Amino acid sequence: MSDAPTPPAPPPATPSPPPVAPPPQPAQPAQPLLLRLISPLIVPVLAVITALAIGAVIIWLTGKDPIAAFSGLWAGSFGSPRAIERTIIRSTPFIIAGLAVALGFKAGLFNIGAEGQLYAGSVMAVLVGFSFTGLSPLIHIPLAIAAGALGGALWGGIPGVLKARTGAHEVITTIMLNFIAIRMTDWLIKSRNPTLLGDPLDSSGSRSFFVEESARLPTLFGTNLHAGILMAIGLVFFVQWLLYRTTIGFELRTVGVNPSASRYAGMSVPRNIILAMALSGMLAGLAGTGEVLGVEGALKTEFFSGLGFDAIAVALLARSNPLAIIPAGLLWGGLLTGAQLMQVRAELPIDLIKIVQALIIMFVAADQIVRWMYRIPKDTGGGQSVFSSGWGGK
Amino acid sequence: MPSSNGAHRPIVLEARGITKRFPGVIANNNVSLRLHKGENLALLGENGAGKSTLMNILYGLYQQDEGEILVSGQPVRVDTPHEAIALGIGMVHQHFQLVPVMTVTENIMLGAEVLRGPFLDRRRAEQQIREISRQHGLDVEPHALVADLPVGAQQRVEIIKALYRNADILILDEPTAVLTPQEADDLFKVMRSLTDQGTSIIFITHKLREVLTYADRIVVLRAGKVVGETTPAEASEASLAAMMVGRDVILQVDKQPPHPREVVLKISDLRVYDDRQILAVDGVDLEVRAGETLGVAGVQGNGQTELVAAIAGLRPLATGSIEVLGQQIGGNPPRTITELGVAHVPEDRQRDGIVKVYPLTDNSVLETYYQPPFAQWIVRQEQAVTRYAEQLVRDFDVRTPSVHVNASALSGGNQQKLIIAREFTRPIKLLIAAQPTRGVDVGSIEFIHKQIVRKRDEGCAVLLVSAELDEILALSDRIAVMYHGKIIAVLEAGTATREQIGLLMAGGQHPPLSDSAAATIPAAPFEPLPAPIEQGVSTHE
Repeated sequence: MSDAPTPPAPPPATPSPPPVAPPPQPAQPAQPLLLRLISPLIVPVLAVITALAIGAVIIWLTGKDPIAAFSGLWAGSFGSPRAIERTIIRSTPFIIAGLAVALGFKAGLFNIGAEGQLYAGSVMAVLVGFSFTGLSPLIHIPLAIAAGALGGALWGGIPGVLKARTGAHEVITTIMLNFIAIRMTDWLIKSRNPTLLGDPLDSSGSRSFFVEESARLPTLFGTNLHAGILMAIGLVFFVQWLLYRTTIGFELRTVGVNPSASRYAGMSVPRNIILAMALSGMLAGLAGTGEVLGVEGALKTEFFSGLGFDAIAVALLARSNPLAIIPAGLLWGGLLTGAQLMQVRAELPIDLIKIVQALIIMFVAADQIVRWMYRIPKDTGGGQSVFSSGWGGK
Repeated sequence: MPSSNGAHRPIVLEARGITKRFPGVIANNNVSLRLHKGENLALLGENGAGKSTLMNILYGLYQQDEGEILVSGQPVRVDTPHEAIALGIGMVHQHFQLVPVMTVTENIMLGAEVLRGPFLDRRRAEQQIREISRQHGLDVEPHALVADLPVGAQQRVEIIKALYRNADILILDEPTAVLTPQEADDLFKVMRSLTDQGTSIIFITHKLREVLTYADRIVVLRAGKVVGETTPAEASEASLAAMMVGRDVILQVDKQPPHPREVVLKISDLRVYDDRQILAVDGVDLEVRAGETLGVAGVQGNGQTELVAAIAGLRPLATGSIEVLGQQIGGNPPRTITELGVAHVPEDRQRDGIVKVYPLTDNSVLETYYQPPFAQWIVRQEQAVTRYAEQLVRDFDVRTPSVHVNASALSGGNQQKLIIAREFTRPIKLLIAAQPTRGVDVGSIEFIHKQIVRKRDEGCAVLLVSAELDEILALSDRIAVMYHGKIIAVLEAGTATREQIGLLMAGGQHPPLSDSAAATIPAAPFEPLPAPIEQGVSTHE
């Protein structure tokens, strides 16, 4: 459209020298700051509300009491200090893994492989966690965390290299690498001849050795909270800084939105793809590491059971904005934590929360529905375009 | 060529007092327009003047806020394109609405399928298509896949699509924007044949030459209003340009004789493959000296794109070498080449030149974001970037409310001015400008041309690649003509004529030049200047 309705520019007074100040333009009044901050939140918040409302209707249709259900949900998630504590613990891996997926989206990549990267990182962290004995926690914890980060980065880096060198789509390769990572972890833990990671003392044969006490993340302020949440918050701010304040982030984002222009600008597209996938994998690996060192002290088969996929949901809900990952992750963890009390109080299956979560993501991904329902004008820009271009873009 | 202004013929389409508002803009302000039967009406105006808006209203894509539309004297409502088609109004958009993986016949039938029982009657549709095709000289192969057709042929498919739906009023939005000069000539022949047989045409353009040559009547739009109506007989390029822009425009580029110095760019025996692994650049030798502009003329698709991409490091060389100031750059990554002082104004600015979702600030340091003062170590320095962007916007008259708005908010001309500003403000020794004014309004063209001449006068070597012959003639000191991947002639701009170059662009031989003399520039020492270049002085026309 050559004739887009842009405001006609007034002719310059003199062709040369150019006017000192560009003439003021009436169009595009600057949005008030408050509105600018709130407007990206509108759709996700309404998506959550709508999904909960539909959930209430479903509860009512099954003959149960929606009010009892939601009061249980609230009490079990944010209703008491104890509940909040459990919600935060539950949310920590969602925040870190969601951040992993969001960073991928920002670089135009759809990392479905967080699940596999969680296992890859955890295996490394556990290995370092129980292999070294007699180390000071000051050395052992950072060492185990670094091992977890490295494991995730390597596992995430593989699809990066495959895409950069051969053009293989990361969606396909990361899914395949998920299977490999999950099954390989199974084998590492279950193998008895030779015994690899599996603890012979565990009767079910599905648990690894416990890590040394010196590798366990410390708890905070006498609560059950572990240092993983601090790591999560630190990583959120680190990623935000990396993406928006550094040249590295500038390259990642540029390759994500316009690979062609980034090549023209002298950036290396393959290098940035590999870097983005490795960083994303590293974050996922850290999410797994936090669970292993902070909560369980060991790795189990099927330990993460879909956490890496929920991470995609969290990233979508946060529209790939690193800072928004924190509330999105807390919401996700809160719904799952509260679901248990909801189950007791309203005699509802816990799966109802899965339905609500699915509805939230559906409304966020298909934001047109929410916009239509609440008559919200079209978005002026946002992370979601990155999501779609990462998928079928090329 | 225009035979009559058609005033005595019946009016087939009339717009009365059309007003259309968009948030913050009045795109059409009380616009009235009349189209007579068999008339070829040109709607002329700069980008953003409201031409497309008006046409989209007539075609039912937008609804006017005020005013009415009359077809054959009857007031009508046109709320959808469907209703427009029923009224006999057809439109060919600037960006074609074709399905590439379907055949010509399938595309034309789409939405107006001929059925035999539950099945498509392809044969009958094909007959009709051949009929229309023969009647108007619209040469297409019904079985061909649209994806395989050149742009000109795709446009013919679009026109047949409209005629197939019995359109007798045809709206063409910037029909020649994507065509080679030859294809444009063919199109105007088709348009003449259509008007001779009673079809009425409105065509949108901002090219003055084709308006003066082919239109029966000209309506000029500026800032949403009709500012003039004239005929080719009464108008001149200067008068039309002044009407469009609202002030006198200097169409001739005022430039001094060149002072060529040392060779900056030296290309020897260059061969480059295109995406389909076909040899697109086939043994090119070229030299560009500091302080001169070498224009590469040629119909699009003769290897210019690949030539530029190879110099900029965006495409590997098959053979040959590219040197900048004696340093081999062939095969180096773009960053190395940029850092050597090579600037590149890319031909596809939306794809390569800017990141539309980035603010002007980020776009103004797209290649230099990692250098001080824009970054310290890996930390970006926002204030330095903002100051720099503000300087570019000021120095190059980029019209924008702020440097923090996204580049997508700017018009094409202003986006291009930003790219020019970014590339020209760096310390550069070689400037590669590919289609620097494509899709840019007249006022911006004038400005960009001046900047290119200024850069040459500052001692920069300029390689200009353009499909616009006027641009080549106006700016170049020497002109290389590219045809089928080869440089088939290098002419002195002072002596070359439009006809001569046009003939060469079409692959015609140039009698006075032997092959070898044509393909290479005489190698001369830096001082004294080689004789032929000293002659290359005056601007053509």
